[in-house]
Amino acid sequence: MKFGILVNEGPYTHQASDTAYQFAKAALEKGHKIHRVFFYHDGVNNSTRLTEPPQDDRNIVQRWQKLAADHKVDLVVCVAAALRRGIKEENLAEGFRISGLGQLIESGIQADRLVTFGD
Amino acid sequence: MDEETSGVVKKFLYVNRKAPYGTIYALESLEVVLIAAAFDQDVSLAFLDDGVYQIVKGQHTKGIDVKNFSPTYRALEGYDIEKLYVEKESMEARGLTEDDFLVDVKVLSAAEMADLMETQDVVLSF
Repeated sequence: MKFGILVNEGPYTHQASDTAYQFAKAALEKGHKIHRVFFYHDGVNNSTRLTEPPQDDRNIVQRWQKLAADHKVDLVVCVAAALRRGIKEENLAEGFRISGLGQLIESGIQADRLVTFGD
Repeated sequence: MDEETSGVVKKFLYVNRKAPYGTIYALESLEVVLIAAAFDQDVSLAFLDDGVYQIVKGQHTKGIDVKNFSPTYRALEGYDIEKLYVEKESMEARGLTEDDFLVDVKVLSAAEMADLMETQDVVLSF
């Protein structure tokens, strides 16, 4: 099955990004396809390369980056939500790209299931 | 739009569950709906829980220094987004009636709302 994922909450503050990642990982291991992860609302904060969690904690940003690199997952950050929160090309982590909300709608059209993670 | 999306029409339901102010969800959800209009999909909006407050008449936000974006709901008609649903239980629990809303809505019971959701291809809940 082809999945699209929507992440609506920021890393560390909220479980949403962790659960979305675990879901994506499990789906890929089962042979499903994740064609895109779209980051919206505070979810855009998952894409900053300035994140430096303590060494004994998971690195949420790097986890997404590795997932994208290993499985060719398209990580898309909403431009309007990102600019509101100070995320720009200059502090965007590698593996993510900034684009418009149309990418979310397109994901809903193209994927068999679009799964939302948030409040 | 690439070949894979052109011609495909899915039923999109946007579920609004949160109060218009206090968090940004309602405003940013409305931004998604406006973008979605350009994709020629079958769009419906549902208002549940505190989300029913998003379309209440007479919003005044000067005191909290936040933009009152409620007039935008009136503009949805111009984007061919005319299917707006309000959950009866949520409306009544808040002492509201259909006359309190700034747009025309269809009031559905929770059970009818569940049936509506069942018929959708994509349900986005904000």
